[in-house]
Parts: sequence; C-alpha cells; structure tokens
Amino acid sequence: MEKKRVPLTIDGKDVEAKAGQTILECARENGIFIPTLCHYEKTTNVGACRVCVVEVENARSLVASCCMPVSPGMIVRTNTEAVRSAQKMIVELLWSSGDHNCLTCEQNGACELQNLVYWLKIDKPRFEIEPPGYAIEDNNTMIQRDLNKCVLCGRCVRACNEIQVNEVLDFSMRGSRAKVGPAFDADYINSSCVFCGECLQVCPVGAITFKQAKFAGRPWELSKTRTTCTYCGVGCQMDVFTKDGKIIKISGNRDYGKPNEGSLCVKGRFGMDFIQHPDRLKKPLLRRNKNEELKEVSWDEATSFIAEKLAAIKKTGGADSIAGLASARCTNEENYLFQKFMRAVIGTNNVDHCARL
Amino acid sequence: MTNSIEELEYTDLILATGTNTTENHPVISSFVKRGVRQQGVKLIVIDPREIDLVKYADIWLCQKPGTDVAVFNGLMNVIISEDLYAKDYVAERTENFDALKETVAKYTPEYVEKISGVPAENLKKAARMYAQANRASIIYAMGITQHITGTDNVKSIANLSMLCGNIGIEGGGVNPLRGQNNVQGACDMGGLPNVYPAYQQVATEDARKKFEAAWGSKLSAKPGLTLMEMMAAAGKGDVKALYIMGENPLLSDPDLKHVEKELRNLDLLVVQDIFPTETTQLADVVLPAASFAEKEGTFTNTERRVQRVRKIVDAPGEAKTDWEIISALSAKMGYPMQYASAKEIFDEVIKVTPSYAGMTYERLEKEGLQWPCPTSDHPGTKFLHKDRFSRGLGLFHAIEYIPPAEWPDKEYPLFLSTGRVLYHYHTGTMTTRAEGPSERCPESLVEINPLDAEKLGISDGQMVKLTSRRGSVQAKAQITQKSVPGTIFMNFHFAEAAVNLLTNPALDPVGKIPELKVCAVKLEAA
Repeated sequence: MEKKRVPLTIDGKDVEAKAGQTILECARENGIFIPTLCHYEKTTNVGACRVCVVEVENARSLVASCCMPVSPGMIVRTNTEAVRSAQKMIVELLWSSGDHNCLTCEQNGACELQNLVYWLKIDKPRFEIEPPGYAIEDNNTMIQRDLNKCVLCGRCVRACNEIQVNEVLDFSMRGSRAKVGPAFDADYINSSCVFCGECLQVCPVGAITFKQAKFAGRPWELSKTRTTCTYCGVGCQMDVFTKDGKIIKISGNRDYGKPNEGSLCVKGRFGMDFIQHPDRLKKPLLRRNKNEELKEVSWDEATSFIAEKLAAIKKTGGADSIAGLASARCTNEENYLFQKFMRAVIGTNNVDHCARL
Repeated sequence: MTNSIEELEYTDLILATGTNTTENHPVISSFVKRGVRQQGVKLIVIDPREIDLVKYADIWLCQKPGTDVAVFNGLMNVIISEDLYAKDYVAERTENFDALKETVAKYTPEYVEKISGVPAENLKKAARMYAQANRASIIYAMGITQHITGTDNVKSIANLSMLCGNIGIEGGGVNPLRGQNNVQGACDMGGLPNVYPAYQQVATEDARKKFEAAWGSKLSAKPGLTLMEMMAAAGKGDVKALYIMGENPLLSDPDLKHVEKELRNLDLLVVQDIFPTETTQLADVVLPAASFAEKEGTFTNTERRVQRVRKIVDAPGEAKTDWEIISALSAKMGYPMQYASAKEIFDEVIKVTPSYAGMTYERLEKEGLQWPCPTSDHPGTKFLHKDRFSRGLGLFHAIEYIPPAEWPDKEYPLFLSTGRVLYHYHTGTMTTRAEGPSERCPESLVEINPLDAEKLGISDGQMVKLTSRRGSVQAKAQITQKSVPGTIFMNFHFAEAAVNLLTNPALDPVGKIPELKVCAVKLEAA
C-alpha cells in the first residue's frame, strides 16, 4: 500500500514527503542539509537544542525541523539570515556556558559542537565563558564524565531509556543548574548503571568519554576495523580502534545494522583488555614426562612430539582412543578444520565441544 | 533460534524462560525491553530467580528449580481445557496431539502448584495471555537445557509453541539464545560426535561417502563420544589422548575433582589456548593460539547469521591461528592441509555444507547472512519452518514431569543454581583480565535471599561455606532479592571459588548435558 505523499517546498525545491515525516527527515532524504545536535535517530524527537530551526512561511516563529511534521503546501527555508542568526546565538550560548576546551578534549576532531562552531564560522562567543564548575567524575575505570562539557542535548538520557532501556539516566535540577545523571545525583559507579556505554557512544561532545582511551590517541590518528564481538552469541558488529598496533577503544556502529543496530554491552565495549594482556601464551610449551615442568620449545618440536605420540597411541589403542574438543570460541573455519583433522587424519568421530556447558 | 533477534521488538508477546537475558545477552535484552516499553509487547517470565527482566514483565511465574516440564504441561492443560489452542494449525501442521492432550490432562493448575510452587491462578493467567497473543516468541537458554530433563524441557517448549501456532511465523518461534560467540558455528561445522558439517549423520552411508570423497580418507561410521563421555573414558583409560582447542573444562565442567582425576589419567593432553588456564596446567603440550582480534574468519550467531571476523592486530610472540596450528600438525601426521588463508577454508566449507552453500566472503562483507542460504542468489532465511517443518508435520511429544536428580533434604536443605553474571564471561580467562568488568565484579558471590540469610545468621559480605555431596567452596555472601527463599545462586567465573566443585554431573540421557542448574547444598558461615 502506497503511503500518502505530501508536497512541499524546501529552499525553493519542490519535494514530496511521506505523511507524518518531519521537515528534517524530508530535507535529509532530499539531500538538503540542516544542522542538528540533540537529534538522534530512532529516539524521540525532543527539539531541545533548537539548532535545527528553519523558517516556515506564515509560522509565528522559527520552528524546530526535527519535531515539526510536514503539511501540504508548506514552504520551508533552511538558510535565511534569521535562521543562521538564531543558530549562531544558540551555539554561542552553548559554547559560553561550558568548558569547551578543545586543546585537551578527547572529542577534538569528532565533536559535533566544534563542527557547528566551524560551520557557522564563529570566531568566539559574544558572551563571557562561564562553565558551571562541576567536579569531573573520574571514579571508575571505564567512563569519564565531565558535565562542564555537557550541552544538555539529552541524547544520553534517551540512549539509556529508549535504546538500551536500562532506565538509569535522566535530567535533574532546573534552569541553568539542570544536569544529566543517575538518580539522586549519584556517580555511575554508585548507581544501577550497567556500563553498556551507549551514553558515551551517543554523546556529541566531550562530556562522556572512554576513560582508558584518554591521551591514548586522537580521533584522526586511530585506524578502525570492523569485526564481530567474541563474547556471547549475539554476534554484535563493532569497530575496534587502534594506534600503532595497540587497541585503544571499541565502539558500536549503527551503519552496520543487524544484529545489534550499533549497541554493545559492557563486555564488548570495555572487556577487550585481555587481547593485549601480558599473560598471553606466546611460545609452545612441552613436558616429555608427566613429572617434569612445562618448558618452552619450538613449534617444530611441539608438533613433532604430538604427531609421534598420537601415531603411537593410535597404533596401540586404535583411533577411538583419541578424542578432541573443538571450540565454541574459535571460527567456523577452525572448527571445520578441527573436526576434519579428527575424522580424516586421526580416524575417529570423538569430537565435541562445550555446547552443553 | 528459529526466528531473528529483530523480531522480538515487534512481536505481540515474549515468553522468557531459563534465560537471564539482561546479563547474558544484554543487547538482545534491549530488543525485548524496547518491545515491552515502546511497542506494547507483553512479557511472561518463568524463572526461579527474580532476574532483571521481571521488572519489565506482565507476569512472573517463579517455579522451583527443575520443575519446568510440570509448568509447561500446566500451561498447555489450561490452554487445551479452555479451548484456546490453534485448532487449524494443530490439525494441518502437527501430529500426535491426542497423546499430548492425554498426558497434560492430569497437570491441572492445582497439581502443578503442588509440584512447582507456581500459584494456580498465575499459571492460568499466563496460559491465557500466551494463547491469546497473535504471535508469541519463546526465548530460553541454559536455564532450560542444563537439567537431566533438558531435552524434555526443550520439547515441552516446542509443544507449547506449536499448540498455539507460533512456529513458522514471523515474530514467533522457539528461540534458544546461545551463550558462546560461535557455539552455533561449532555445531554447524560438525564439532559434534555424531554429525559432519550441516548435521549430516556420520552413521549414514551417503553422508560418509560424500565426505570420504571430499577429504580423500576412510572415515569411521561409529558416532563418537560426547564431552562428558570422553572425560569418563579418560578416567577408565579407554581414551588415552585428548586434544583441546580453546576450552577450559577444568573450570566449566561439573564435579571438577573428578574431571581433574580423569585428565591426569591421559597419556597425552594437548591444550591450545590464548591464556594459561586450569586445564593448561595439566597439559603435556600447550600451544599458543591467536585471539579473535588476530585472525580472519567467520562466527555464526544465535540467529544463524554468519558474520566476518577480521584481523585487527598481530598475535603476540609466536602465537598462531588455530587453523595454522591444525594444518601444521596435520602435515606432520602425513596429511598435508594446504590453505593459504581462512577464506580458502571457507571456500571448502561451502562445498560440503549445504546450508552455507550460497555464502562467500564477498557476500558477507557488508552484512552477515542467515542460514539456510543454499545458493549464491538466496537472501538467507529470517525464520525457519515456514509452511512446513523439516520432518513434514510438527510432532507433539507427550512428556511426563521427572524431578531433578537432587532435591533439597535435611542435610542439604537449599537449592543451588549456577550461571553467569553481566560482567564476566564463562571461565573468566578473558574478563578477569579486563579492568572495567573486574572493577564492577571482582569476585564470586553467593547470592542469597534476606530471609535465608537471617535464618542462618549471615550478613552481607560475610564469608560463607557452601557444601554439596561432591565438595565445598567458600565465597562472600551477597544478600539479594534476586534469589528467592530456599534457592541460592553462584556464578562459575572464578577459579578461587569454583562452584563446579559442587555441581551435579548427572546427565540428560539424550542431550548428555549435565544438571548444572540444580543441586542440593548446605550453607554455613565460614
């Protein structure tokens, strides 16, 4: 069934929208850029920041395009003097009411407020910069919060309540004292927060950042590789960021779609220290007699020992006196090869893995 | 899963049983929670613990551990006696309904209440809610399978789902949530004693001939031993060599004291892993393997989606990928395996695995594909059993309730159940080495209800001693409503307080899965 189409004009261009679409959605579909800050797809449109304002003919004032549904014959302008002037005012107010110091900010280069300042060509705010002076929340090893950089867009609140539905974060206080956080103004570590890190992923500025990635590499210095998480059976798609061969941080990515639509959990996002942990096994170890200690040997020595021993056991006890455990942790290719080895090389079907545990 | 993760958000009802989803599959739980909060999805939780999902549920049935079959039979009893079942579906797509009807007839809500402790009225309410939903999905995990009646439990779930016409439709289905990243793939690839890749039986001649031709080797027709049987055979001396790739049975298996004895009895124990573990300590040869971040390949997730794994960093020291190690070993044994890359192995896999036949690394590049995907133009399969079951008609199994192998008594008065917590994974070799998760959960805790704690004079954080017929462990008590009176819970992540010293190795006769979710213990201050 075809949905009703709504004709309207944006910046002089005749376009058609689906009934119920917002001006912003329609503009984006038609390649017309409207800046946003608090907007985050698949969460409620709240119109909190007003950065997306546009002119609508015969409207009393500028309207927030993220919240305003289209109507037939609507005439919209996104780039007038009034629109730009309002956007500048909004951005300057946000800038001046926080501690937006790009010199030391982890989001430098990936900050949506910084992008807006640059795009709107603002040299400096016309208001005095007066950060609220909150203490930095630094008492856990995963997430750092600096509410002096918070622009109160509410994305973290919506990510927590509408995407992960953990229902930990909300706004508290009012007016210029308004802030985001867990109930009773608790720190994350003392709240019911489960450290999924969705808030961190959606934060447009440097208010919520990766603690372990601090000073470990700036956004443009990192390389990004997509892979599948190694923890549970969901198979979340994730981006792993590295610098000089070192893993710096992990993030979800909505562009990858299924199965996780950009979300991760605490293990996927913060549980990957093990990969480059010093305890990793680095050399083959062997003991030729049960009462000896394990000693480092070459690959050749280790595999020769195993091959000889397996051949001898097969000869005396038959192939079925040998068994193997494949692994729910390894790849399909490796499991395939393992069972092929047991069946075609050893000659037994004694192969299983811990599916039952 | 018969169906897909994304369907959970937009179905009409979800029945979650034996799955602590918010901790074990947090991202799947967000689909469930979004469905409940934003799409009006109804949620029934059947679980012996007050897990987080209970907070989101319309109704919670708290059954005694191990009484699942009775509860499911009770639900079906109500649905049949109130004439709420899907008559057309049952008539057209299933068989053996009369036997089911006859068996569940005696499981009246009152009788089930006596067995399970679930109030009859709640059982009726849940039954009506499930039956009246247009589309209902059942999600479950190890809380259903790790019982001596694990197979019966799963069959009962399938009975319930078929009874209401929920298999073979979008938003419905019987959906096991797999706990390990590639447990689905390891099964698909034939990492099981009775089947080759894609579940082709080793005992059937056609399948065997096919693989003999593909691999150029004579193959055994005799199904092999399961993990628990291998361990027993090692103890008896029938199995003399064991090659373990990436597993740590000396922490994950039940009745650890016994497992250690069995492993010590081997002539040759080879363990291939990324870290030293409890099991590598007993090994004759330890082979250093590459982690998932150091190799190319594919994993298959719980909804049958095959997805790419990509190399991000180099493996440490001389560690090698598991496939390189197997190839090298195979060459030493006179069977050269010549693969230049994981992709070349995958190209061989798709030739012998019909359900993967239409997949290639190129097709998997952007988005994973769900099997069955038999041809190169097949889009993959979102949900199974549309129009027809694999065997034709869906078969109802008439199943009687059997109590767990161990039931609390005077000496061991409490139920013990085991599982994972949010912050850790399996035997903890990875997560206990991660700073953040370890900060949130640094040690094993014995989760106990305030009433039980008061009765035993135990306070929060106090060291307690937990004893079963097989052993005892000590850990701190955590007083929490999550445990209901009479049942305590402990995770199995930590070697220092290995709960599997206590657990019962009694097996399901078909699935050979041990009853890790129920045993009887006593608790005292340490």
